[in-house]
Amino acid sequence: MSDAQRDFEPPYLHPDYRATVRRSPGRELIRLPAEWFHNLPGPAFGRVKVRPDDADLTRHHEGQPLGERIVVSGRVVDSDGHPVRHTLVEVWQANAAGRYVDPMDDHPAPLDPNFTGAGRCLTDGEGRYRFVTVKPGAYPWRNHKNAWRPAHIHFSVFGPSLASRLVTQMYFPGDPLMALDPILQSIPDERGRNLLVATFDLATTEPEWALGYRWDITLRGRNATPREP
Amino acid sequence: MPTPSQTVGPFFGFALPFEDGHDAASGQAAIRIEGQVLDGSGETVPDALVELWGGQQFGRCRTDSEGVFHFTVVKPAAGEEAPHLDLTIFARGLLRHLATRMYFPDEEAANASDPILKLIDPARRQTLMAIPEGEVLRFDIRLQGESETVFFAV
Repeated sequence: MSDAQRDFEPPYLHPDYRATVRRSPGRELIRLPAEWFHNLPGPAFGRVKVRPDDADLTRHHEGQPLGERIVVSGRVVDSDGHPVRHTLVEVWQANAAGRYVDPMDDHPAPLDPNFTGAGRCLTDGEGRYRFVTVKPGAYPWRNHKNAWRPAHIHFSVFGPSLASRLVTQMYFPGDPLMALDPILQSIPDERGRNLLVATFDLATTEPEWALGYRWDITLRGRNATPREP
Repeated sequence: MPTPSQTVGPFFGFALPFEDGHDAASGQAAIRIEGQVLDGSGETVPDALVELWGGQQFGRCRTDSEGVFHFTVVKPAAGEEAPHLDLTIFARGLLRHLATRMYFPDEEAANASDPILKLIDPARRQTLMAIPEGEVLRFDIRLQGESETVFFAV
């Protein structure tokens, strides 16, 4: 069974996404017995400071950002479905016009003086996270002719071990750009791609305020790996 | 099923690095580790994020325009394994992150009996060994090519 078939992970080399051609490893990764280092506790991310306002990306400036206000929430669980408690979740995204504040982004769409687009929080005792933000816009990139990234929010999650470390992207339901996106389509199985698409959720939609999207995250490995006696 | 990975992309620089993130330790025993991330053509990778952990130390460093990252760390204690640091690499073009480890060149005896190093073809083990350069330990990460760094499936 190849590495990519182990679950729904993308391969390292996916030539449709051009940057993988020179950056993907060519050799087989070294496999480790399950009880070895990668399942030991860590890394300790405690140096990353988390303040309560960090989870509300609409309140990082004096005014309100432009765009469709949304609440993105969900649960982080391990592969047994147990909640991953008090773990760091970081998000970053483009603004509603499809522009990142990152100086590397030269897309000629407007910056929003009231939006930076970076947030973080710790999951609660049930593994839940919640962010308030605006829906990011699609934006062009130069991977191929007329290439556009579907709207997405980047997520970084730690979990209990090196094996659980995850950086990924959350997409929005019904976006026609998803079918054309080599980054999302690098995941060979549709079921895997669907795991990255949030669900519109009326229950977490706040009346007269913000649309709700739900997105759950399952980390690799078990929360508490029992050590062999 | 685990949520699949996606690339960190090129635009994380305003979000993930944090103040003094590369200084995982300080004081007399702290050592500086420096390296370059290189692609399969030998080009530098100026938009990678490298995370380090070893013992209780955690560090995070974005590569600069020359693909260079650096950390200040204390060498972790030896256990069943030789002292080492775990490094994870994220970048545009990496649909999943990579995991490797850096070993210390002055730990010859411990390295010789390290159970993880023993899993690796001896010809490739040296890609995990830092190289002393004056006061600095140098550890380059080659994503691809003849001297590709050993990466682990984690």
